[in-house]
Amino acid sequence: MSDVKLLKGNEVIAEAAIRCGCDGYFGYPITPQSEVMETLMERAPWNTTGMVVLQAESEVAAINMVYGGACCGKKVMTSSSSPGVSLKQEGISYLCGAELPCLIVNVQRGGPGLGTIQPSQADYFQTVKGGGHGDYKLIVLAPNSVQEMNDFVDLGFELSFKYRVPAMILSDGMIGQMMEKVTLSPKKPRRTEEEIIKEDGDWATTGKTADREQNVITSLALKAEEQEATNLRLQAKYKEIQENEVRYETYKADDAEYLLVAFGSCSRICSKTVDTAREDGIKLGMIRPITLFPFPTKQIKEFAKQVKGFMTVEMNAGQMVEDVRLAVNGEKPVEFYGRFGGIIPSPEEIRVALEKQLFNK
Amino acid sequence: MDVKEIIAKGDLVYEKTKVLTDKEMHYCPGCTHGTVHKAIAEVIEEMGIQEKTIGISPVGCSVFAYEYLHIDWQQAAHGRAPALATATKRLMPEKYVFTYQGDGDIASIGCAEAIHACNRGENILMIFINNGIYGMTGGQMAPTTLDGMKTATSPTGRTVEQNGYTLDLTKMIAPLPGVCYVARHSADTAAATRKLKRALKKGFENSMKNKGTSFVEVISTCNSGWKMSPVAANEWMRENMFPVFPLGTIKDE
Amino acid sequence: MNEEIIIAGFGGQGVLSLGKIIAYSGIMEGKEVSWMPSYGPEMRGGTCNVTVIISDNKISSPVVQRVDTAVVLNQQALDKFEEEVKEGGTLIYDPNGITRHPERKDINIYKVDAARLAVELGNPKIYNMIIMGAILKARPILNDENVELGLKKSLPERHHKLIPLNMEAVKSGSKGVEQVHSI
Repeated sequence: MSDVKLLKGNEVIAEAAIRCGCDGYFGYPITPQSEVMETLMERAPWNTTGMVVLQAESEVAAINMVYGGACCGKKVMTSSSSPGVSLKQEGISYLCGAELPCLIVNVQRGGPGLGTIQPSQADYFQTVKGGGHGDYKLIVLAPNSVQEMNDFVDLGFELSFKYRVPAMILSDGMIGQMMEKVTLSPKKPRRTEEEIIKEDGDWATTGKTADREQNVITSLALKAEEQEATNLRLQAKYKEIQENEVRYETYKADDAEYLLVAFGSCSRICSKTVDTAREDGIKLGMIRPITLFPFPTKQIKEFAKQVKGFMTVEMNAGQMVEDVRLAVNGEKPVEFYGRFGGIIPSPEEIRVALEKQLFNK
Repeated sequence: MDVKEIIAKGDLVYEKTKVLTDKEMHYCPGCTHGTVHKAIAEVIEEMGIQEKTIGISPVGCSVFAYEYLHIDWQQAAHGRAPALATATKRLMPEKYVFTYQGDGDIASIGCAEAIHACNRGENILMIFINNGIYGMTGGQMAPTTLDGMKTATSPTGRTVEQNGYTLDLTKMIAPLPGVCYVARHSADTAAATRKLKRALKKGFENSMKNKGTSFVEVISTCNSGWKMSPVAANEWMRENMFPVFPLGTIKDE
Repeated sequence: MNEEIIIAGFGGQGVLSLGKIIAYSGIMEGKEVSWMPSYGPEMRGGTCNVTVIISDNKISSPVVQRVDTAVVLNQQALDKFEEEVKEGGTLIYDPNGITRHPERKDINIYKVDAARLAVELGNPKIYNMIIMGAILKARPILNDENVELGLKKSLPERHHKLIPLNMEAVKSGSKGVEQVHSI
């Protein structure tokens, strides 16, 4: 009981960062995620773990500080919300090009433009399909609870360092602002430079010692052949990630005749729709992609044999539904229901949409 | 026959610093970058800090600085080098961290990052190569291009009406309390380069004393972009750039 | 047990912190809880609300369309949330500044003159704990002991000396609440 705390999702990101031995956080205030940096500043981890926390002059500077810190082999992160994450896209592309590990948290709000500060899932395309330039992927984790905001910080860093691909926690204003019970992870010390080299290899820019060649972190290759080699290496890595790192969860799906597909906060809402439908004897289930890249394509495809139809529910105009349709590949109908602009759909209206779009067709 | 065999040990009066690689530089003949690279490399060798120095290269002609200086390098996005340097120095305070940026990089697209790194007093050395033009992209106008100067994007000459005024970033930076040392040098003569080296050394030393940011501008030539011979470019620089960007130590606290 | 509560009023009335204390008290009872605020650009003066769910089971959706209990502390909140109380549910309101009173006949309605009681206790800051007392009287879902523990958990240690005053406010609210309509 003593370790159980009642915290906001945003606060938990900060607590989890300190506890997992994060070396540096660089951010810029934006609603609805400002509590991440506020909590860090209040906790002042530079006095305890030695973690660096810095308010940058812009989101552009913050992501480039992450780039610099990642070049040093350190566990570094930033967080922002949609308009700020748009600004970070340049840096994210460079991080991918230079194959650097880091963690980026997006507590999404509605757009386009300045949009609204209310929750949204409208950055799915930006996150999963590559918001910056060039062929790249991020490892994308979509938490649906405050507990997972805690768990995915450590997991995000772990996967990011394993593959040297930036990881993104794609959250939203609902998960960021809500408070739930959370069990914080045990504290891990920050890694020493020796431990970093032992675990990750000696690739970082820590100073060219006499016993090794110079380390250069760059995403530049003027020769087309060199750039293509980089692209092929990246693609091979993404393939490996797709094969090994898919995470998903199902809810009452074993005997389901209809399947909801939802990620993040929408999956919370949908689970209630599933419960009430079951009470009425309707065999409704849900699959919730936890990793958005890699996407559980195979698993959804499997369900196409079992169910009569799918419906994705998203707080956007229909983004993930495209990936669900690619997975189902025309075998069964894939419907979509969405609210946007910061509106969270209710379990009841999802039921109405199911009746109209799927059950009675 | 190897060079070392030709020169008897006692006869050796000059040797290229080992901090410079043997890679042939891609810079145009007459370009200032080569001289400044060598000056930095020599300072690093003289200070014995090769193992502890991390450079951040910009976007521009000197993007490949990492091929010539044999130290660890990070290659930044256009204008963002001070942000990388900020994190690097804060995460590894025992290292010497410097940025190497051209005028387009530091004074145009990266103006915010440069000013804020200086204002926070990051314990880094920032080296600013000012030749008043974008070299790598083919000679376009920079914020530091002089009034009346012809470039690819000011073909009839820069005008105040069209482009505003020539930006003196160094003068803007100097009053910031986070900055401990500001100097403007050139590298057109051996004497000037020696002065430049002293300034660079001072900047590196400051960064280990936690005194704040050191900012060294080098008034440079781009004879290709200016469409001049190397000798004429140096003369043009002395005649036209030095009056607008006067050399000397601007701040030393 | 699954109790869905919405508390709504002006920013500055302690709406969000009251929600937090209820949620923490729920944890002390060994329940699952969620606390979901409306969040806006206003720091003070604007309207704000928080949905708190206390449940025996894992909470699916922290956002609900209809609630078991609505606690409304200004006219806008009353106008907006009276309709969202489930049939047979509970509405608690502070009549201070209210010109249109609740009209539903299918719910239990309670009134607590908390603003006046807070003045009587000599501290407007304990306003929300008077409301807490009213809630506990109308919907006895938490016991006082756990409320005190919840309060302790949600207050920073430097404010722990204020706990007795807060508990006094809870008592005052429980005593002062009056049922104005019952089904």
